[in-house]
Amino acid sequence: MEQEFKSIAQAIETIHDQARKFGLDFFPVYFELCPADVLYAFGAYGMPTRFAHWTFGKHFYKMKLQYDFNLSRIYELVINSNPCYAFLLEGNDLIQNKLVIAHVFAHSDFFKNNIYFTATSRQMVETMAVHAAKIREYEFKYGHREVEIFLDAVLAIQEHIEPPGPFGYKEEENEENEDTRPHRRETPYDDLWVLDGRPKEPPPERNRKIPPRPTKDMVGFIMANSPELEDWQREVMAMIREEMQYFWPQMETKIINEGWAAYWHARIIRELDLTPAETVDFARLHASVLQPGYRQINPYLVGSKIFEDIEKRWENPSQEERERYGRTGGEGRSKIFEVRSCENDISFLRNYLTRELVEELDLYLYQKVGSEWVVVEKDWEKVRDGLVSRLINCGYPYIVVEDADYQRRGELYLKHRYEGLELDVSYLEKTLPYVYLLWGRPVHLETIIDGKTTVFSYDGKKNCRR
Amino acid sequence: MPVEYNLSREDWSLHRKGYLDQQRHQEKVREAIKKNLPHIIAEESIIMGRGKKVVRVPIRSLEEYHFRFNYNQGQHAGQGSGGTRKGTVIGHEAAGGTGKGPGAGDEPGVDYYEAEVTLEEVQEMLFRDLELPNLQEKKKPVMVSPAYEFRDVRRKGLMGNLDKKRTLLENLKRNAMKGKLAIGGITPEDLRFKTWEEKTRYETSAVVLAMMDTSGSMGTYEKYIARTFFFWMVRFLRSRYQQVDLVFIAHHTQAREVTEEEFFAKGESGGTRCSSAYRLALEIIDRRYPPADYNIYPFHFTDGDNLPSDNEACLEAVQELLPRVNLLGYGEIVNPYYRTSTLMNVFKRIKDDRLVTVAVKDKSEVYQALRQFFAGPKGGEAGGTRI
Repeated sequence: MEQEFKSIAQAIETIHDQARKFGLDFFPVYFELCPADVLYAFGAYGMPTRFAHWTFGKHFYKMKLQYDFNLSRIYELVINSNPCYAFLLEGNDLIQNKLVIAHVFAHSDFFKNNIYFTATSRQMVETMAVHAAKIREYEFKYGHREVEIFLDAVLAIQEHIEPPGPFGYKEEENEENEDTRPHRRETPYDDLWVLDGRPKEPPPERNRKIPPRPTKDMVGFIMANSPELEDWQREVMAMIREEMQYFWPQMETKIINEGWAAYWHARIIRELDLTPAETVDFARLHASVLQPGYRQINPYLVGSKIFEDIEKRWENPSQEERERYGRTGGEGRSKIFEVRSCENDISFLRNYLTRELVEELDLYLYQKVGSEWVVVEKDWEKVRDGLVSRLINCGYPYIVVEDADYQRRGELYLKHRYEGLELDVSYLEKTLPYVYLLWGRPVHLETIIDGKTTVFSYDGKKNCRR
Repeated sequence: MPVEYNLSREDWSLHRKGYLDQQRHQEKVREAIKKNLPHIIAEESIIMGRGKKVVRVPIRSLEEYHFRFNYNQGQHAGQGSGGTRKGTVIGHEAAGGTGKGPGAGDEPGVDYYEAEVTLEEVQEMLFRDLELPNLQEKKKPVMVSPAYEFRDVRRKGLMGNLDKKRTLLENLKRNAMKGKLAIGGITPEDLRFKTWEEKTRYETSAVVLAMMDTSGSMGTYEKYIARTFFFWMVRFLRSRYQQVDLVFIAHHTQAREVTEEEFFAKGESGGTRCSSAYRLALEIIDRRYPPADYNIYPFHFTDGDNLPSDNEACLEAVQELLPRVNLLGYGEIVNPYYRTSTLMNVFKRIKDDRLVTVAVKDKSEVYQALRQFFAGPKGGEAGGTRI
């Protein structure tokens, strides 16, 4: 045990120095050695301090079962915070832990420097602990069952928030703009116009529609406008919304972030003095991390290959690239650092997933034909675009709150911005009751099924569609 | 420069978070199972997977519903290991259950959550309020089961039976008398031991005759229902009563006493003559289980497609059976295409509350049948006077 601890501590030091030498720029990293069940608990909750809910228990159980059967192993668990917390699995081989340590430093570098993370709170570990304590307090006050039912409902729509980040849209400002825009700037001489005998401009007709323009922030909107909710319930919604905003950047940078980390763990480990046995073990481990996914793409593999390709193309540009794009060569490293700073998955793939890569990585699109899943597309541009389209809004349907006073009856009208993919109707009909629970009045969702605009409604008793 | 890295190891043994929520999840699973018992007890994975301790049952209420895309539609991105071409088949429908496959975290496309339950759990919920009805004290107390109960505490005893709590309490008391508020310095006089008493439990003896129609008209579906019923009946009796004799009778035009294995694996053909089963039951009762000594429960499952000429014989046989038994269960699996069951009509003529008839239309109704047959003591039962 002591030996294990010492050798890991030593590995951290070596790897840290190497990572610095490569120019990685990370938060201080606090590693914690813990047993498997604790690690899996963190994995299931997304954060060690998160509130308690049975769904986390369900995931925990599933993950642990897989671990017990040796089906899967979490390789790393790292938290976007400052200092950065990372968890290592007790009883892992030293080489496994070395790989994880290198991987973690690269993740922390990504968290610190990628633009999509600039808006995330770096104190979320503490914030979530406060949230958890509050929710526990509500459970005491209002009953465990009551809080659980409410959490079930909020978690059902938790993905429907306004993504944070550099391009996120600030509602408050926009609302301000909308109110002030029609008005002329006020000056001390405005009364002169009246003297002139000109009738005062009729006050602009106020648009009483709520929300003034469709909002994607369903959680925030219901939190602020639902006539039904108690204060503590609004509080819970605010907390879950904040947590989701924290997780969102991680969801939209899965491929680039994992690719970055996989790229670097390989580079760093190569620099270490490994025994022959360790070298073989590392090669095996690295290969298993980079296995293709068949029914989904492997973010580690695709991401790291793209980074390697970028590096190559900027380091030794072809004649054509030199002439057409003015690349001078020798910029490989600096280019990948630039890419890690300013792209997310969507832009990363759109800008850097080349024809050669699609072919080399054997990417494809598949769909259901009869009862089989069949590869239907190999054309590189279509594959790239198909892949990207599935990443929009982190793969969740884009749904907006259209009207909070539908037909002047205080009913909530949601609209799915249909882009060629239909919603899962059975899930939709099971989710609407949750929205109803939050809104307290009938709720409607407009979408397109079989090419026809269809509105699903739930009025507290039953689902209907028209 | 501040500390750039750090490694620590804490004592995580008190970190129960995951387990606590897992427990809550399990609780919800149990609730859901309870609500769905009629469907769950007819699950094939339970009935067919005999001997398996853990079964997987689908539970829809534990899904985490949210707005999502229809997974079966549209194109998904995947990745091969090289040389994949258009038209390559990479998977089939229903590829794997939820989350069990390696690496499949949250595989979409599978539209229900499967929970794992042990047979014991299902059993416990199912059997909670079932009982052998009309059980009476019989002369011959065959059901003697020795039982050991710890119900006494003494100062001497076996070290393995040390009652630690009481010992600590004694120690605390003794220390307190000396004015010391602590536990410690345990001496032999503090020791307390649990001791047992041997008790004999007398139970009334009972025999259950399980009769099943195995004729040609009993299709797979009908047989499945009958099997489901008997499966749970056997389990119920074994778990609740230490000594219940089980007799299995399979019949078409002729009846035969079979072993339990044969009974459940039975597949035959031919016409149906239910009276043959009743006659054999009568014979067995008269030969081996005198009603004065045994509580007798015959249960019969058939599709009711009896030879019309046999109906009168059945009536006669049942009327002969009834005075001997505590309860006669007749379960008829109603074929949606064949409604006019003559046998059921014949039995309707019998006015005797020891004859319980149940029509089962669907496999989820097996639950109802079980509850009706094993309804437990009805108010003011006076069946005993008839014997």
